[in-house]
Amino acid sequence: MSYAAGVDVGSTQTKAVIVDEARRIVARALTSTGANVTRAAEESFAEALRAANLEEEEVEYVVGTGYGRYRVTFGNTQVTEISCHGRGAVQMFPATRTVVDMGGQDTKAIRVSPGGEIQDFCMNDKCAAGTGRFLGAAASALDIPLERLGQRALEGERAVKITTTCTVFAESEVLSWLGRGKKIEDILLGVHQSIAARSAGLARRVGIEQEVTFTGGVAKNVAMVRTLTEALGVPVNVGDDSHFMGALGAALFALDHVLAARTPARTAP
Amino acid sequence: MSACTAGIDVGSTYTKAVVLGPDHAILGRALRPTGFQLARVAEETLAAAAREAGLAPAEVAYTVATGFGRHQVKVGDVKVTDLTAAARGATLLFPGTRTVLDVGGQTMKASRLGEGAKVRSFRLNDKCAAGTGAFVEKTARYMGYGTEEIGPLVATSKAPVAISGVCAVFAESEVINHLSQGSAPADIMHGAIVSLVGRSVQLMKRVGMEPEFTLTGGILRFERMAHVIREQLGAAVNVPAGDLVQYTAALGAALLGQRRLAQLAAQPA
Repeated sequence: MSYAAGVDVGSTQTKAVIVDEARRIVARALTSTGANVTRAAEESFAEALRAANLEEEEVEYVVGTGYGRYRVTFGNTQVTEISCHGRGAVQMFPATRTVVDMGGQDTKAIRVSPGGEIQDFCMNDKCAAGTGRFLGAAASALDIPLERLGQRALEGERAVKITTTCTVFAESEVLSWLGRGKKIEDILLGVHQSIAARSAGLARRVGIEQEVTFTGGVAKNVAMVRTLTEALGVPVNVGDDSHFMGALGAALFALDHVLAARTPARTAP
Repeated sequence: MSACTAGIDVGSTYTKAVVLGPDHAILGRALRPTGFQLARVAEETLAAAAREAGLAPAEVAYTVATGFGRHQVKVGDVKVTDLTAAARGATLLFPGTRTVLDVGGQTMKASRLGEGAKVRSFRLNDKCAAGTGAFVEKTARYMGYGTEEIGPLVATSKAPVAISGVCAVFAESEVINHLSQGSAPADIMHGAIVSLVGRSVQLMKRVGMEPEFTLTGGILRFERMAHVIREQLGAAVNVPAGDLVQYTAALGAALLGQRRLAQLAAQPA
């Protein structure tokens, strides 16, 4: 059996996935990226190896992706996270035509062809508005753990309209609504709606075609799934591995290399 | 009855009050963090400024409120915009003022003045922290420095580090990168100020700036800020002495109060 791995070094978290030659995920690992990017990549790969009960030599090819992909020193090559998210999403949900990826510091909308090729993409990389950081700012202002944010937001009934664009100012806006007597749940619902609206705007710029697959760490947030569905006006696919989609895509690209190396080389005509 | 007036400037970060005598001498001033109880903080700040002037709050003949929170406070016989108030204050201190740049915690405003300190044209940024004092404050915080330490820190800088990012949130990773590459915190701080000044100068250009230039806002307490603006404009700039930079709008509001008192006195009872 042959194995291949993908390591996705994100701004906040580093993910590693190992696949077998049947494209099945045999292990996944998640570590926080921190300041030492290379070490985070090594650690998450080592953790995935342990989980799969494999030796490093058994993994024939490793692809790095994510913003820190060039620091994956043990990787054989690098592929952009756009390609990897597209590839991973199509593997999980074969009818995917649009991918919305929400990470810790950026949000991307990607349109893919039926074959999984990237046709267009759009991302915010200049500004943290509408990214996971906006949720982080609200969570810290309200002192609620990030994992519980979505559940609380779903209890909101009348969303407070958040007018701030900048993530830095979001924190004070959240507190000022609280000071004016608004319920935490209603404020949180408003925060989620504001991010959903911004992400749907990105998706519209690449053209929303069904099916839409929602990937990235923020896809684990139930309120984000609901508000994004409402903002897009179409249902979204969310899998248990939405978090690992980039790493999965990278692992599949790595597997391509492994399988291609096996086919006998053709001689030039 | 003393014909003293007060100006109160309810800013996004600080609330400032000035008590002005009939001869336009500053008799008292006070500053409090705005927080989220705007009405109470405004009353306290006003009372503190009156106390410094040796007056009971009721002895202030007329009060003018300004700043972003002016409509959320009860104090003030009349409310005026921050642009009008800052223009009046800047012109009282520097009669030749034609362009005012006011850099606040969450807004940056540039205005061009005509005859009689009338605002002819203005531009403001309140959407994005990159163009406000928050950018410099955040940069300091990422390196473990408080706001009050910015001035002394940047005074020791030898040369600014180029800060290429726009977003104050993403600046965190950039700052960490520079630190890990061995840049001095003072030089990084200097770089953040150069970046902010670049944005200020763009805003001033868009109002069709003309000399004299008067700079106001809390961040101008840090001498380096005015120095960098002077360099980028290639022209002399007026900066109110010491803490007065923070009180320019409150001063202007109090001055408008004096004018109003004079008008009331001229009217037949």
